[in-house]
Amino acid sequence: MSDSTVREEPELIQLLTPDGEYVPHPDYPFEPATAQVRDLYRDLVLVRRLDAEAVALQRQGELGLWASLLGQEAAQIGSARALEPQDMAFPSYREHGVAWCRGVRPRDLLAMFRGVTNGGWDPYEHNFHLYTIVIGSQTLHATGYAMGVQRDGALGEDGTAVITYFGDGATSQGDTNEAFNYAAVNNAPVVFFCQNNQWAISEPNDRQSKAPIYQRAAGFGFPGIRVDGNDVFACLAVTRKALQHAREGQGPTLIEAFTYRMGAHTTSDDPTRYRTSAEIEEWRRKDPIARLRAYLVREGKADDGFFDAVEAEAEKLGEQVRAECRALPDPAPLDIFREVYAEPHRELDRQRAEFADYLASFEGAEGAAR
Amino acid sequence: MPVITYRQALRDTLRAEMHRDENVFLMGEEIGVFEGSYKITEGLLKEFGERRVRDTPIAEEGFVGAAVGAAMLGLRPVVEIMTINFSLLALDQIVNHAAKIYGMFGGQNSVPMVIRTPGGGGQQLGATHSQNVELYYAFVPGLKVVAPSTPADAAALLRAAIRDDDPVLFLENLGLYNTKGEVPDEEVVGEIGRAAVVREGTDITLVGYSRMAMIATQVADRLAEEGISVEVVDLRSLRPLDRETIVNSVKKTGCAVVAEDDWLTYGIGAEIAASIQEGAFDYLDAPVRRVAMAEVPLPYAKPLENAALPSAESVTTVIYETLRAVGRRVG
Repeated sequence: MSDSTVREEPELIQLLTPDGEYVPHPDYPFEPATAQVRDLYRDLVLVRRLDAEAVALQRQGELGLWASLLGQEAAQIGSARALEPQDMAFPSYREHGVAWCRGVRPRDLLAMFRGVTNGGWDPYEHNFHLYTIVIGSQTLHATGYAMGVQRDGALGEDGTAVITYFGDGATSQGDTNEAFNYAAVNNAPVVFFCQNNQWAISEPNDRQSKAPIYQRAAGFGFPGIRVDGNDVFACLAVTRKALQHAREGQGPTLIEAFTYRMGAHTTSDDPTRYRTSAEIEEWRRKDPIARLRAYLVREGKADDGFFDAVEAEAEKLGEQVRAECRALPDPAPLDIFREVYAEPHRELDRQRAEFADYLASFEGAEGAAR
Repeated sequence: MPVITYRQALRDTLRAEMHRDENVFLMGEEIGVFEGSYKITEGLLKEFGERRVRDTPIAEEGFVGAAVGAAMLGLRPVVEIMTINFSLLALDQIVNHAAKIYGMFGGQNSVPMVIRTPGGGGQQLGATHSQNVELYYAFVPGLKVVAPSTPADAAALLRAAIRDDDPVLFLENLGLYNTKGEVPDEEVVGEIGRAAVVREGTDITLVGYSRMAMIATQVADRLAEEGISVEVVDLRSLRPLDRETIVNSVKKTGCAVVAEDDWLTYGIGAEIAASIQEGAFDYLDAPVRRVAMAEVPLPYAKPLENAALPSAESVTTVIYETLRAVGRRVG
């Protein structure tokens, strides 16, 4: 049997080469205005700094866990800067760059990974849903939300679009494939943004999916596109078009952002067990920040003064994040009963009272319970 | 006898069973190249190759279903589900297929598969990754559920589970992997469905399984120093449940406490308490008490997680209360 069912590998949609050369694409118009490009550069550098600080904080025991976005900054910043304020985003657990663009304070993001809150931010204040840890489940939640948008009649040129983020690993899950199908048959205004970072923990992409991920969409009856995930221009332009498509009632799009997880899966992982330094080196040459910096220099759109200022701002952000994280107060033991039910629950009240008595029974326990 | 960890006991047993029977093979996420999220399958890919140790995509319903198919036609898959929490994605294949195929296909196909999976909190993994939902499986006819607490039982019961012709859910616990114990050199095949009195006593019966059986023996050791004689029953098997051993112990001691890592309401302890009142009502001098996890999604913050989980201290407190109820001056 031949492999004719799998179409030839397409070229990535790319607007910015690894050397920092801007190459316009007829289907994805993009005007790299100086101010906007400088803002994108600043976003990329700051979220990388935030990420590095969080990894360090985890290593110092200040956070329980952290899932690093290193290498995926362009995919996240590009797609998130394509969102309109009314658009809703459903992240997995690595979308710190998207959170940044949606105005979630770094401290609130870290509070969740520190375990001092189960929420951290108001999803409706930022139109950015809380992180979903279970793989792929949020694709269905986003589809349901998008169907709600449809039901509300909130479509049109200035309507609402929904975006959901997930990784290549999630494309093996039933939930994600069910979301594709459900969104397709309902023509739901949702963009499926898959960051294909090549690895689901230790499982390489070719052990998860025979066909390129973006090609799945065709089988479900909607368009799929592969974009250079380390190219912030392309991610922005392609996502903006897909969101507009959804917003205007033309249904879902699958975007496969072809990128690379430069760090570990999470701080609990050791990637040296399963991948080579040569592979990492190859991707380092496609670094999203280096190429944007090369573009800015090449085009004369930024000088050392600008780069130094961004660097200084990043350092300040790191310090601020560190200080704010360490200052987060520990919750009190009785808090465990607080967010189980929205309504009062007699049995839980009984258990809470019993536990309060138990805590009070220890010597010097006064004030320990709240 | 050599002293090894629970983890090592599982690994040695898997390896020995794979050597013994060509039909035994492993499937699961991260079990090959990565050697398992908890390193149970370390070295096995290297030794047995990809034909016997298969890494799967993140699709629990998919690989459990594939294992059901393989088992129906005579292979003996041992599936690792990274944690019992993820087994919920495979619930239909486990409950509606693995458990029912033997009956619904007129006894023509059994499903000799093992699902190995750890439960347990205490590792700061958050509410969706720290549950003890073995009850869901212990509830289902057609399944067997074992929950060993020591390295020796882990080896003996894993051996039994692999050789069993029915689907067995083999419950491990994150808090047990590094615990050590003696494991005999000779091959012991455990009996599924048999509890053990792991410590004899006369004052009170303390029932536990998996991590809480380990805690129970620690509590018994400590209370012995105060002159309290605790008999510890390690269930080892949740389905079939060995009611006889539990009831006989209570007939001797006259009172009982159940320690469980799952939630209280409808939990495993409720079944044990009911079994005791059915089998030893006339022997009871005090109500059967249960110590379980607070009925909340397990928090991720360390102090809150500790607060929610049952502990040696909370078990001891309830033992004191029960003994006071039968007129003993303790604590």
